Amino acid sequence: MSYASHLRCRECGRHYPLEPLHVCEFCFGPLEVAYDYRALGRDLTRRRIERGPLTVWRYCDLLPADCEQAVDIGAGFTPLLQCRNLGEALGLRRLYIKNDCANPTWSFKDRVVTVASTKAREFGFDTLACASTGNLANSVAAHAARGGMRAMVFIPSNLEQGKVVGAAIYGSTLVAVDGSYDEVNRLCSELADKYPWAFVNINIRPYYSEGSKTLAYEVVEQLGWRVPDHCIVPLASGSLFTKIWKGLKEMAWLGLADWAHTRMSGAQPEGCSPIVGAWERQSFDVRPVRPNTIAKSLAIGNPADGYYALKVLEHSGGFGVAVTDDEVVEGMKLLAEAEGIFAETAGGVVIAALRRLATQGRIGPDELVVAFITGAGLKTQEAVLDKLTPPLHIEPHVSSFEEAIARRQEAVTAGAEVRPSQNQQR
Amino acid sequence: MTKQRVKFTFPADIIKEPVIWRLGREFEVMTNIRRADITEDRGWVILELEGEMEEIERGVQWVVEQGVRVDPVPGDIVEG
Repeated sequence: MSYASHLRCRECGRHYPLEPLHVCEFCFGPLEVAYDYRALGRDLTRRRIERGPLTVWRYCDLLPADCEQAVDIGAGFTPLLQCRNLGEALGLRRLYIKNDCANPTWSFKDRVVTVASTKAREFGFDTLACASTGNLANSVAAHAARGGMRAMVFIPSNLEQGKVVGAAIYGSTLVAVDGSYDEVNRLCSELADKYPWAFVNINIRPYYSEGSKTLAYEVVEQLGWRVPDHCIVPLASGSLFTKIWKGLKEMAWLGLADWAHTRMSGAQPEGCSPIVGAWERQSFDVRPVRPNTIAKSLAIGNPADGYYALKVLEHSGGFGVAVTDDEVVEGMKLLAEAEGIFAETAGGVVIAALRRLATQGRIGPDELVVAFITGAGLKTQEAVLDKLTPPLHIEPHVSSFEEAIARRQEAVTAGAEVRPSQNQQR
Repeated sequence: MTKQRVKFTFPADIIKEPVIWRLGREFEVMTNIRRADITEDRGWVILELEGEMEEIERGVQWVVEQGVRVDPVPGDIVEG
């Protein structure tokens, strides 16, 4: 059962009932779900959690929706992999990757959308809506199909075909909008006011964003009920970052894990780094930017939770890191070649930031580090298509194969880049 | 009559201009400030606009032309 008790304004602290509200009527501050922690502290145990399903819904007590009625396509409980090869390359002895590529629509958005769609159905909405350039669209369309709801998905009219297919296959209504990014934003804000739809990241946002906490819960449980020393998380709106922090704190408050003062570091691409930019200026004033990066899933120029992400950076003593698009591609290749994980560009941002922090000595070699990979690379193939070693073309003879492989070996010996997997023992 | 919640972000060079006052005077739009933060080099104001939809749109367009950034209160809605 859910122990959610009310909504609370993050600015002025006013309380509201658990209804489809997202801003405070007084100060227009964002609302957040609050829980009855006293009851949770009494009732929730590790054992109770361990008896739950292998999805995000094993943590249903800490989510604001009824798990008995969950719109569930199996989001969550993704692998936490210890990464010895990548760790050795970066000088980190206890490095883990939380691999959210393994979600049903291949990104962490399934965590937030399963909660949002469940809550939307509880509220009696029959339409699930979003505006997205990729992962969110796919997840909303899939969950709406599973939940017997109509999906209304707004996409920019120049979206790549592969991403359109990923939402269209579920039978959603796709609306391709001609116009600038700002115009699409404004249109969706107006539509959310006008139509009785559950816009997952507008009027359902307080519930939607809570789904991200499950990343923290899973990491703690998978580490044997231990809180990591350092988390590296991609920053887009900043919501994921703040919710992982909230989830870690809840685990400690409820006595489910000992508190280790986790440092939260956030990664953005240089072409869209308003949060890291403010952190570098030692300011809490997030200046909106026009995104220009290959990491499209992080391209939020005016991040809703930027201010709160900066607060977490400050409180936890973490670092903000902005990396170039070239570093993003290198990060994607490094992770794939070292650990067999093909991440999308946001994953490349995280690995590039991790490498930067390790090189600068900002992460100690014995720290227990978790890097969050939030989406799969098949969705962003165009970022690496021309950066990969082409296949060997041969005639159907053994001799042709052996000549080709010898030529490739000569090329590698002559100075082509050496991959981590070729130097290291597994 | 319609209500619209918006965030105005002012660059340094127009922080001293009475943009919100002029919006209320020159257009049939009622402005109601709820939260704001002004520093030496930048300022933002979250407010509610009330009026006929077309008049609000004309007023917002004029505000944009003054060099003010206008966003929905929840920030960017289009996600990856």
